[in-house]
Amino acid sequence: MTRDDIVGYAVPALTLGLGLVVWEGVVRYFAIPPYLLPAPSVIIATLFTDWWTLSSSLWVTLSITLKALIAAVIGSVTLAVIFAQSRLVERAFYPFAVALQVTPIVAIAPLLLIYLTPTVAVLVCAFLVAFFPLLANTTLGLSSADHNLVELFQMYRATRFQQFTLLRLPSALPYFLAGLRISGGLALIGAIVAEIAAGSAGQGSGLAYRIVESGFRLNIPRMFAALLLISVAGITIHVFLTALSHWLLHEWHESERASEA
Amino acid sequence: MTKIVTFPSGAREPSSKENASPLATFKGVDKVFGNQVTALAGLDLEIRSGEFLALLGPSGCGKSTVLRLLTGLAAPTRGEILWSCERPEFGFVFQEPTLMPWSNVFSNVWLPLRLAGVPKDKARPRVEEALAQVGLSGFAKAYPRQLSGGMKMRVSIARALVTRPSVLLMDEPFAALDEITRLKLNDDLADLQASLGATVVFVTHSVFESVYLAERIIVMAARPGRSFAEIGVDAPAPRREGFRLSAAYADTCRRTSAALHLAMGETPPTELTE
Repeated sequence: MTRDDIVGYAVPALTLGLGLVVWEGVVRYFAIPPYLLPAPSVIIATLFTDWWTLSSSLWVTLSITLKALIAAVIGSVTLAVIFAQSRLVERAFYPFAVALQVTPIVAIAPLLLIYLTPTVAVLVCAFLVAFFPLLANTTLGLSSADHNLVELFQMYRATRFQQFTLLRLPSALPYFLAGLRISGGLALIGAIVAEIAAGSAGQGSGLAYRIVESGFRLNIPRMFAALLLISVAGITIHVFLTALSHWLLHEWHESERASEA
Repeated sequence: MTKIVTFPSGAREPSSKENASPLATFKGVDKVFGNQVTALAGLDLEIRSGEFLALLGPSGCGKSTVLRLLTGLAAPTRGEILWSCERPEFGFVFQEPTLMPWSNVFSNVWLPLRLAGVPKDKARPRVEEALAQVGLSGFAKAYPRQLSGGMKMRVSIARALVTRPSVLLMDEPFAALDEITRLKLNDDLADLQASLGATVVFVTHSVFESVYLAERIIVMAARPGRSFAEIGVDAPAPRREGFRLSAAYADTCRRTSAALHLAMGETPPTELTE
């Protein structure tokens, strides 16, 4: 680590620490009761005392998010590949994709809860939110191959399959990964939003349900603790997908050049 | 005043391979694209076996279209292209290196063989030979991003050579390179052609490059694209830096420039025609 690296990590850590100290100080100085604003120390303590409840809820939310993301990856890549074969198919299906994208997920959730069991409905909501960025990016990526390379492949009489696997898929990879980073965050948001919609219907045990439940019981420290876990989950997903993207692209893609300089 | 032969007068200046057999002959070839743009109109052109032919002309004169017609990627709208033998194996070099950024140098050069179904291990000697020909032995594992512009162009040439083509088609391959790299690659390309004996059709904007490299220069005119003049460059191979300083080089450049001015519908400056 160079001096610049240390400063680069130390400064944000310091401001974060300072913010927490000020928060703690303000709560103690003005003796704000924990049901209005709990101090950071109280939130951490709650995280430990309620760990059993919270961690099982975290697991529920995370597993829904991951399942939705995996389903979105499979679904969107399959559809994008079909779109890439024919402009007509793309035009035919696009209105559905766009309609699903622009309709807020909160508005669809109650309807899905009528048709499906709450767990499946939450999964479908998270899937729908994660699906579109992946579909749009992968479709764009598959049609973004360098036209000179396409010509070169034709000149050497490449089969359709060769052109697809050796040229179009690798060309689409950076676009797909950019979509995946967006969708990873969105899948979590979709799961939380759907859980809140489902939770108010009396079902569910994910983190969002814990938040709603804690709100009803005025257990504000637990509410904050659940929020903290959601943030940490979101950050973890983002860091993991960024690392995955770096691992796959660092040897060749221009977007990785800046990080080497 | 130096004589400039213009088509369709029929007369041609002699060139060193005057008697070489024709490889391909364009006869009254028109190419009209779907958007009604006429790229070529009545093009007559002969490509001879083993020669270094330069196609020189302004933008829009259909130079690149000639290469596309040769590869068979496009077909003439009217007229015909006659081949003296079966359509040969081509190597193609674009203006940009056009490499696959996600593949290392080895895989990029392997590509034409890979598309023909040659597995990696069998292709290895051929790939290494092609890399050696362009002076890039030892760079097989590098990624295009790590290479300079000139080195990327060398990889592109190696990829064109890996199938051992008898015809090398080059579409302004050095236009995007700096002058120093360009001169070096000019020399290396001349050596390569001499050692391989391949036919090279080289599209360029540069009078100096065409005179330095080619045995025969076809000056083309634009809107519509057609061949306008033919200039033979009589200087023995291999040409070296010294050729650029010779009177023959200066004279041929002067005549070629004058022909280019005429092809563009301009009156050449008097210095060029005296």
